[in-house]
Amino acid sequence: MEGALSGSRCADCAVAAYPAEPVCPRCGGPAEPVALSATGTLWTWTVQRYAPKSPPYAVPGTGFEPFAVGYVELPEGVRVLAALDIPPERITIGMPLRVTAAGGVPRAAASGVTV
Amino acid sequence: MTADEVLVCGAGITSFARTEATGRQLAEQAVRAALADAGLPWSRVRAAYGGSDAAGNADTLVAELGLTGVPFVNVRNGCATGGSALVSAVNAIRSGAADVALAVGFDKHPRGAFDPRPADWGLDEAYGRDGLMVTTQFFAMKIQRYMHDHGISARTLALVAQKAYANGSLTPHAWRRGPLDAAEILASDMVNDPLTRYMFCSPGQGAVALILCNRTVARDLGGSPIALRAAVVRTRRFGSFEVFSPWAPPGTPASVSTDAAQLAFEQAGLGPGDIDVCQLQDTESGAEVMHLAECGFCEHGEQERLLASGSTAIGGALPVNTDGGCIANGEPIGASGLRQVHEIVQQLRGRAGERQVPGGPAAGFTQVYGAPGVSACTVLTR
Repeated sequence: MEGALSGSRCADCAVAAYPAEPVCPRCGGPAEPVALSATGTLWTWTVQRYAPKSPPYAVPGTGFEPFAVGYVELPEGVRVLAALDIPPERITIGMPLRVTAAGGVPRAAASGVTV
Repeated sequence: MTADEVLVCGAGITSFARTEATGRQLAEQAVRAALADAGLPWSRVRAAYGGSDAAGNADTLVAELGLTGVPFVNVRNGCATGGSALVSAVNAIRSGAADVALAVGFDKHPRGAFDPRPADWGLDEAYGRDGLMVTTQFFAMKIQRYMHDHGISARTLALVAQKAYANGSLTPHAWRRGPLDAAEILASDMVNDPLTRYMFCSPGQGAVALILCNRTVARDLGGSPIALRAAVVRTRRFGSFEVFSPWAPPGTPASVSTDAAQLAFEQAGLGPGDIDVCQLQDTESGAEVMHLAECGFCEHGEQERLLASGSTAIGGALPVNTDGGCIANGEPIGASGLRQVHEIVQQLRGRAGERQVPGGPAAGFTQVYGAPGVSACTVLTR
């Protein structure tokens, strides 16, 4: 299931979106599917310190642990909301990240490479 | 058309503390208080607008208030419910359709309310399953980036909440009436970094009603009417950063509150520098910080100095949320927008009691912000 995020991009105004949308959210014109880049930088983040309400939240089999979420800015000019597989104390705005489609929401981890 | 043709002649508010009363009972109480304040009977109301998000239809209040045949329009516009009802009432007066109009907003939410489902927002179920359908995450991420860009500290967030609780302790109808200091606020449980428990408002209850009149009726009533110089509602434009967004566009986020505030000031023929007291949406501490700049009251980053120096406290250069805002009053969605206007009306009339802004404030401003990117602003003058 792991792979590139499937987004879309408007042919006219170059606005990219995720997940893919049939029309451009800015101009309403047709948008084409595009595979988004797998690397980007962290635009903002937070940590979910308490268990969200279930349902809809599915508590992991190992029990709830605080987890981080954030927006990853990709070169296509789109910031994608992702679960961050990074210890909260190591998170900084601007850090390089690798993003993958993993069957659920997008997930991002430290890439270890400068982009 | 002159800007002062719509006057607030009556204002009524209930306690925002938790009680057994239903939302409709609160609404009836607020309407009766507003009518008594104006010195008008219900039979003089020629147009009525109101609503709640989760406590029923406003138009059913005619059963208790009286079957006068008045046209009563239900408004259900999320966080802009009160603002939208007010704009409708203003338009009824301006158009000449009514000389006396009512705007009422009320709500009652259980503890822990506001748990949206992915499908209602057009999102994949994974966002709920994986724990990303949490409203507070959005507020935390917006202020997190803002702090990074503009040098705002966590202590400033705590000072916003400290001020809210201090002002709430002076406000008889507030829910949270005990003061809390910045150290306690910072030390309370972290909810979503950088926001702690005491920096947030909670779902609550309450009702507010306003009676608007044209100049002729206001003159006959005497009293101390307040001119409603502008009331506007806007929705977001492309480029804004909103709750429950799987993605956001690049660049500095656009602000619907900036759009609404600019239009309100334009309609009123006034600017942020003319305002003596204001009410800004404070869903959490960060929102008040950002809205100060988004509405034009300071430069981005200047809030760090303004909060530390007490400029936004009662007695400061620009008192903000003198009734304790959402943080001290809670968030009954349908009522909050009109609570803000009620507070400004009382401040401009000099009737705000212990929390009265000194020096006879002459002009006030209110701003509501909410999902999914709506803002309602008003400008009022003595």
